[in-house]
Amino acid sequence: MRREGSPFQGLGTVAIKELSDNLSSARMLVLELLIVLTALAALYGAIDSLRQNTAEDPFLLLRLFTVDRAPLPSFVAILGFLIPLMAIGLGFDSINSEHNRRTLSRILAQPIYRDALLMGKFVAGLATLAINLAALWLMVIGLGLIFLGVPPGGEEIARSLAFLVIAIFYAGVWLALAMLLSIVFRSPATAALVALGAWLFLTVLWPMLAPALAQVIAPPDPRYAALGLQTPETAIWAQTLSRLSPNHLFGEAMLAVLSPTTRSLGPVFLDQLRGAVMGAPLPLGESLIIAWPQTVALIAGTIVLFVAGYIVFQRQEVRA
Amino acid sequence: MSNSEGKAVAAANDIVIAARGLTKRYGAVSVVDAVNFDIVKGEVFGLLGPNGAGKTTTILMMLGLTDISAGQVSVLGHDPARAPLQVKRRVGYLPDSVGFYDHLTAVENLSYTAKLMGLPFAERSRRIAAAMARVRLSDVADKRVATFSRGMRQRLGLAEIIVKQAEIAILDEPTTGLDPQATHEFLDLIGELEAEGVTVLLSSHMLDQVQRVCNRVALFQAGRIVLMGPVGDLARQVLGAGFVVEVEADGAGLARRLATIPGVTNVETLAEDRFRMTADRDVRPDAARAVVAANGSLRRLSVDEPSLEAIYTRYFQGQADQPGGTRHAA
Repeated sequence: MRREGSPFQGLGTVAIKELSDNLSSARMLVLELLIVLTALAALYGAIDSLRQNTAEDPFLLLRLFTVDRAPLPSFVAILGFLIPLMAIGLGFDSINSEHNRRTLSRILAQPIYRDALLMGKFVAGLATLAINLAALWLMVIGLGLIFLGVPPGGEEIARSLAFLVIAIFYAGVWLALAMLLSIVFRSPATAALVALGAWLFLTVLWPMLAPALAQVIAPPDPRYAALGLQTPETAIWAQTLSRLSPNHLFGEAMLAVLSPTTRSLGPVFLDQLRGAVMGAPLPLGESLIIAWPQTVALIAGTIVLFVAGYIVFQRQEVRA
Repeated sequence: MSNSEGKAVAAANDIVIAARGLTKRYGAVSVVDAVNFDIVKGEVFGLLGPNGAGKTTTILMMLGLTDISAGQVSVLGHDPARAPLQVKRRVGYLPDSVGFYDHLTAVENLSYTAKLMGLPFAERSRRIAAAMARVRLSDVADKRVATFSRGMRQRLGLAEIIVKQAEIAILDEPTTGLDPQATHEFLDLIGELEAEGVTVLLSSHMLDQVQRVCNRVALFQAGRIVLMGPVGDLARQVLGAGFVVEVEADGAGLARRLATIPGVTNVETLAEDRFRMTADRDVRPDAARAVVAANGSLRRLSVDEPSLEAIYTRYFQGQADQPGGTRHAA
């Protein structure tokens, strides 16, 4: 049976209202402060260490993103850790709070489909994250200009824009997950706990568990171990398992885009490197091709999680 | 309410909601079980029944907010399962204990839904100001809804229906939890809507209120409509008589004497000196004579209008007395 009318009717209205709610909420302010302050600390470390050894690096601006100085991780590593927190903070109560405030049936009694409500909320959440990430991106470039005094080249800007786009999709995965949980669990506290649990598991525990699991699946060959080498099978399994975490995918994509010398993200044989000029940067297009599978995986993850939420939401009863 | 019968038999082309065999099943359980009814343009129709009898589910099916398992319903000529937007554009819905965005003001809340209705800016602000005045919330229009009492929230919900200029207003338990003053004001607002020609569908378990404002009622029980019609008709159908007279007096063998009064169908002894008689006419003079004849002292003599509550109580009592008793298809 076909429905009549557009599922997008009211989408813009919902998105604008949710965006203004997001941007004016105290919760958002706290998350922004957290990210800006942490990022500033990381940038300060990076700028400091870059000033001390200003080698003739053609990609000085990009180094701002990736250089770390102990004890602080690099700017990109911090974002990989904190973007999920921000996305969860935006999404964990998006649908269940409408139930709990008893606004859901009133809104859905207006001439819109549920699609518009869900999609509007997602678009607004993603726009909020995009605005924040773009502001952070501008902050990095601005600080780079002020403290390093080197104007960024066209390729650097292009690469850092690729960083921005991939970071937005990375945020999208977590936003879609948080919204799915907000649909499944009627209590916002439960949804938040489950989302934070998934976040900690995937960013902290999974990087430790993946190699251990790989060793169980493909036990290391003692002959390789005797030579001080990793067994190729084990290494490949470890990498495949690690890539189940969006955090790892984001890290890999960032490595390819922001470090132009990255030639491969997986293990390579020596004969595959024949003729390569080690340490020479790749052109932008090549770097993007290396990061492309990871980016696609992040986009696909966003879509799959959103669709799962969409299906659950369509089947859910409206009444409180 | 005197025009209710007239409306009920109005021409068939005035029917705005028609349900035929409307059914909602969750697994094997039928929450709404093959319900039939017609609602005529301009009437105030009451959906009555205990909690969980299927009133809200019926309403949600009419709005296309929940799937219909079997049967069909047509609202203003549209099928809500297929064209919910057409239906929702012309029908206003005030849900059971309605909620608003607490961090927004009353006007901001209304203008959000008005935007969802697709009203242009100028029209929106004009209609919202008028609606706020109608429900007497103009002086708190720019206050955050968090500060509103329950009665104010319900009135704000009604304002939303007024902004929509809905042809049908569906109100789900609108007066539950309101104090008597707020209830009174709210029922007056429903009366104003009716005067404007809006068809009102009122779901409630507050019988006296339903009786005050409704032309016709449908009594739900376990997902079925067991009784339907104007309150007066139901009284004749269920109580079998129009008058309930209560006598408070003492005297020997009074109950027997009262029962012999012509026209009295039943005498209940409520207490040693209190009796309730059911009769097909006003038997107060005869009752007074009977008390005097029994040499008793008459302390109180009162007549009840046929109340919905009496119908309700009696109906369910009758059901309990004769299990599997016939279901009245009104």
